[in-house]
Amino acid sequence: MVELTLPKDSVIKTGKTWPKPDGATNLRKFQIYRWDPDSGENPRVDTYFVDLDKCGPMVLDALIKIKNEIDPTLTFRRSCREGICGSCAMNIDGTNTLACTRGMDEIKGTVKIYPLPHMPVVKDLIPDLTHFYAQHASIMPWLETESNEPVKEWRQSPEDRKKLDGLYECIMCASCSTACPSYWWNGDKYLGPAALLHAYRWIIDSRDEATGERLDQLEDPFKLYRCHTIMNCTKTCPKGLNPAKAIASIKKMMVDRAI
Amino acid sequence: MADVNRGNRPLSPHLQIYRPQLTSVTSIFTRITGNALILGSILIVWWFIAAAKGPDAFARADWVLTSLVGDIVMTLSVWALWYHSLAGIRHLIWDSGRGLELRVAERLGMAIIAGSAILTVLTVIIV
Repeated sequence: MVELTLPKDSVIKTGKTWPKPDGATNLRKFQIYRWDPDSGENPRVDTYFVDLDKCGPMVLDALIKIKNEIDPTLTFRRSCREGICGSCAMNIDGTNTLACTRGMDEIKGTVKIYPLPHMPVVKDLIPDLTHFYAQHASIMPWLETESNEPVKEWRQSPEDRKKLDGLYECIMCASCSTACPSYWWNGDKYLGPAALLHAYRWIIDSRDEATGERLDQLEDPFKLYRCHTIMNCTKTCPKGLNPAKAIASIKKMMVDRAI
Repeated sequence: MADVNRGNRPLSPHLQIYRPQLTSVTSIFTRITGNALILGSILIVWWFIAAAKGPDAFARADWVLTSLVGDIVMTLSVWALWYHSLAGIRHLIWDSGRGLELRVAERLGMAIIAGSAILTVLTVIIV
């Protein structure tokens, strides 16, 4: 359902301003969403100042510096710090991206950081992705075959393999799905750009033998067709992929097989 | 995911913090103009019915529709009609599987904004 405002328990209050580091001349202001499950209070936005002369260039560098030196309670996911694990996806400067690949020099003024939009918050910048992962699992993200197992491997021509480019690179960071207004309003039933991009990745895999079943499964008013080509997904994807195009391709296949 | 049980967890902010994008703004305006045109067409139908009813009824409807407020509403309706039509054409292009590269999609967005403005001015001048 469309709900333009936040529920009462989710309204953001003004938080605390943490002291500036001593002797720093090159300060950058950060406003970061905080929510502590043990406090019983509403979420708040805290203000921090980071000395850029003693900090790496990426937003993740600043977050780690804040956690190490200013406020150890600040909580966020991170792992690879090179844009391949997808853990540090969050809303930075108004769009979803990975904190590790977004340079601070790409952002004007105060760096505003929120968790991925319209998700239940576990703590601070950590969203609950349980439902998102369940939707991914529902599209059967594996090779479905009926033929006998080949002796060695399932062969694929270079041309057919090429069709998977721009799809297999997805790291499931959830930036796209949580950027999508349709997913915000109907995320319980609409699969969202990430799961649909993965669905398409298996639909067009030349080795897969469940194409028909996969399309049948998506033939539903909500799962696929809540995509209205808003394209926030493609615009925000930190890997430069195009979920909107993948979804349009599935819609086209639905028409092609019906006529 | 408002319909999903959040337990005691808050819902992270969405519309409040997400930066409007060219593609998202042109998309929501497609819906807004589509719905606003219902109002515009009701007014036009009222004008026609009044014309069929007789001179008094027509004079009243015509007075409302050609007043300053009526002019503004009708001019905006013309723009909404052009915008919605052009956006509809963009959707047809997308449905054919074309124009979905981000740069092309954004250019199409600029085109429907500029196109609807130009066509509205032309319509007002000519009609």
